[in-house]
Amino acid sequence: MNWWSRPAADTQITHGNRLWLYVLSAIIMLLLVAPTLIVVPMSFSDSQYLEFPPSTWSLRWYEEYLGSAKWMRATATSFQVGFLTMLVATPLGVMAAYALFVSRHRATRAIFLLLITPMIVPVILIAIGTFYAYGRVGMNNTIAGLVLAHSALALPIAIIVVTAGLSSYDLSQEQVARSLGATRTKAFFLITLPQIRFSVITAALLSFLTSFDEVIIAIFVSGGANATLTKHMFAALRDYIDPTIAAISTIMVILSSALLLLTQFLGSKGKRN
Amino acid sequence: MTDAPQGTTALPIQIRDLTKRYGSVHALNSVDLDVHSGEFLTLLGPSGSGKTTLLMAIAGFSRPDSGSIRFGEDEVILTPPHKREVGMVFQSYALFPHMNVADNIGFPLKLRGISGAERAARVEEALETVQLSGFGARNIDQLSGGQRQRVALARAFVFGPRILLMDEPLSALDKKLRERMQIELKHLHRKLGVTTVYVTHDQREALTMSDRVAVINDGELIQLDTPEVIYNSPANAFVADFIGESTMLPLTRDDAGALLFRGQVVGDAGTDQGRDWTLVMRPERLFFADAGAETDDQTIVLTGVLREAVFQGESEMALVAIDDDTEVAVRFGTSGRASASGSNAGDQVSIGLDRNDVIIIPDGQAV
Amino acid sequence: MARADAGGSRSGKHLHEAALKRQHAREQWSVLSLVVPAMIVIVLIILIPLSWLFYLSFLGDDGGFSLENYHKMTQYKSYYRIFVTTFQVSILTTLACIALGYPLAFFLAQLPPRWAGVFMLAVLLPFWTSLLVRTYAWLVLLQKRGILNEFAMQVGLWETPIKLVHNLTGTLIGMAHIMLPFLILPLYNAMRKIDKDMMHAAANLGANPINAFWRVYFPLSLPGMVAGSLIVFVLCLGFYVTPAVLGGGRVIMVSNHITAILENQFDWGAASALGVVLLVATTFTLYVAARLFKFDAALFGRD
Repeated sequence: MNWWSRPAADTQITHGNRLWLYVLSAIIMLLLVAPTLIVVPMSFSDSQYLEFPPSTWSLRWYEEYLGSAKWMRATATSFQVGFLTMLVATPLGVMAAYALFVSRHRATRAIFLLLITPMIVPVILIAIGTFYAYGRVGMNNTIAGLVLAHSALALPIAIIVVTAGLSSYDLSQEQVARSLGATRTKAFFLITLPQIRFSVITAALLSFLTSFDEVIIAIFVSGGANATLTKHMFAALRDYIDPTIAAISTIMVILSSALLLLTQFLGSKGKRN
Repeated sequence: MTDAPQGTTALPIQIRDLTKRYGSVHALNSVDLDVHSGEFLTLLGPSGSGKTTLLMAIAGFSRPDSGSIRFGEDEVILTPPHKREVGMVFQSYALFPHMNVADNIGFPLKLRGISGAERAARVEEALETVQLSGFGARNIDQLSGGQRQRVALARAFVFGPRILLMDEPLSALDKKLRERMQIELKHLHRKLGVTTVYVTHDQREALTMSDRVAVINDGELIQLDTPEVIYNSPANAFVADFIGESTMLPLTRDDAGALLFRGQVVGDAGTDQGRDWTLVMRPERLFFADAGAETDDQTIVLTGVLREAVFQGESEMALVAIDDDTEVAVRFGTSGRASASGSNAGDQVSIGLDRNDVIIIPDGQAV
Repeated sequence: MARADAGGSRSGKHLHEAALKRQHAREQWSVLSLVVPAMIVIVLIILIPLSWLFYLSFLGDDGGFSLENYHKMTQYKSYYRIFVTTFQVSILTTLACIALGYPLAFFLAQLPPRWAGVFMLAVLLPFWTSLLVRTYAWLVLLQKRGILNEFAMQVGLWETPIKLVHNLTGTLIGMAHIMLPFLILPLYNAMRKIDKDMMHAAANLGANPINAFWRVYFPLSLPGMVAGSLIVFVLCLGFYVTPAVLGGGRVIMVSNHITAILENQFDWGAASALGVVLLVATTFTLYVAARLFKFDAALFGRD
């Protein structure tokens, strides 16, 4: 019996009967991945116009990007804000997730809902709201203001990822540690934290990426010397198609792919432990 | 082998008026319990009886609403778990998977600031005590269930705790290993001499291991005594039914205070007038008597019809109907001497019960 | 031995009751205090600004309480068009995601977990890539002299370049691409949980594969599909970047109009009122759905 006529599922349907599904799925997966990857070859084109495949190859758009003070400044800002957001959102998210996980207080559900509101409220509202509020206190165009707003966006993600990590952890280990003489804080740092470390790292990477990729709040709240990469990219996209964007996009695709693969790797490692 | 390197003196535990409510339900209802120093005491009860809540209260993880817990002279009810100096073994073992065996066992020593060389020596000593010498460098996932159990145990006693607590530590093991570990735990307890409170829902395990058994139900302490007394003189129907197998039948009382079962005197109610009484018969204490045997001073004889006889390996179980709606279970060994194999279902049989084996409980209801 | 006297304590005085209660309260608060920093961030960034917008939306020109900002919405036809466009785009995007996402999720759920993990990267890679990058990619692909037009003309599908971008078509294509993972992930998780034995039983009871699918599998996968569709729909309602770039000014959704009001008229009252309506529509949709279906917060996880 060859692969073609072997049953593919419990209903005895064969792979042959399922061929349409495989073809369709392949097309959809191609549609999902191709647009993201298409920017890579384009960024190496020599042409002013975006053509595919490029007729001549060059690195001029990378040179353009690397040689531009504006782009370099924006890139530095994005990394700085992303990094600081990670440093704020990760510990706060871990603390909140842990508290909500171990507490049996009535209010935990309400608190959880409050903490995930940034996922529910349309980002445009957070953007204009903080823009207005920051205007009152002079925090627009500051790194601190942007980090705070991005931390709010990253918190629910961090909390959900860490909660998922905690739910596959045996909390009686912490009790054992306490009975053996560790304070609650010590038990957390010596026993619990090492075991949910993969979730914590994932939460940190996602926090960074949430900030780094964020557009709308950055459009409103960041500016001047502290404008982010995404703010400049968005402005460039609305006006004309600048091939420099292809070079920047390529770098961003590589960055997020690397982070994705890193979490996948950590995830499989975490599962084995 | 050097014994009890921890050098602790065993402490008694005194529990008074311990109460914990969840809403209107009493998880613990004014429990009083004294654990003698150095004794192995088992909390036995069905799930949800409050036995684990009681253990967790002793450990400090479950905070009661009121009451007192003393270790020796020390009132510990308000002491946080990490200051109670209690060694604890959990059902899930709760070994730390990110540490190897030696680091797991050394953890409580490290917390107490015991330095490298001494720590290593004491870890090795503990490993030796649980017969795992040389396993220190192993990872947790390289251990079998029984070995994990021993590591959890070593970790719980290595720092010389005042009390040792165990929450159904053997329930995850298969039957054979469980039975071997029961004996080993008993040995270990004798060697360490530390006051031990053990929780289980397995009555057989409780009888096997304990100096005394505390039967708990609905948040209340029902009976506290040695396994023999618990088994031979259950305080009430719950204990009689929960521990061992039993057939319970109602008794009548005559004017003189004698308790009668089908006209035969089986006991004496004394001056106690206003109660109902129940006869508890353990299947293995019953035997087949010669057909037509008479009740005498020493033996009570019942006649009935053999309903069914079931071979169960080490023993055989017979169900005998002594009247239309009362069946009595009889269990006997399969050594070849006494057996029901001679009788067939439907045969008339006589079963006997030694008067010394008669158990009478008050207020009982056949469960 | 009989147990101690029934119910309650002998003395009437409960030992250590007050101290235990105090200790319990202290421990609960010390645990809950760990959420305080996170809550401060949410209060500063979400609650205070949103309350402010709410307040502004009820402020009239004279500085007193007024409903004029909301009244305006019912007066002008442009507002009506914006709401229609927003719902139209959101519904069409959701439908497109279901049409494309269901077969792929089904395919992934049928694979052995190892292979599903590999193919899942095709869903996760775009998910993790900046939506700005993906929007840009579609802008490039769909332009007049872009790859799609070139390819279609070479194959002979059409003769002259078709306008695929800076209009509704481009917006829908881009948004469907961006939203697809949000549908697939919860749907895939729901499908993975469907008991294999159930399909086995259906087959043994004589259901042919198509019957077994529609009568057993599909209903069981429905909760996951509804959850995924809902996430997509709600995210679409508030979408800004993709319609702004791929719509070329022709697809104006609520978010885009809010920005436009602020950029052109600097009218905070009008912008806030529109924002409040958007928020109400979003919360209402989620509230109704949460009542109708059991909802899983884990669905939101990117993991």
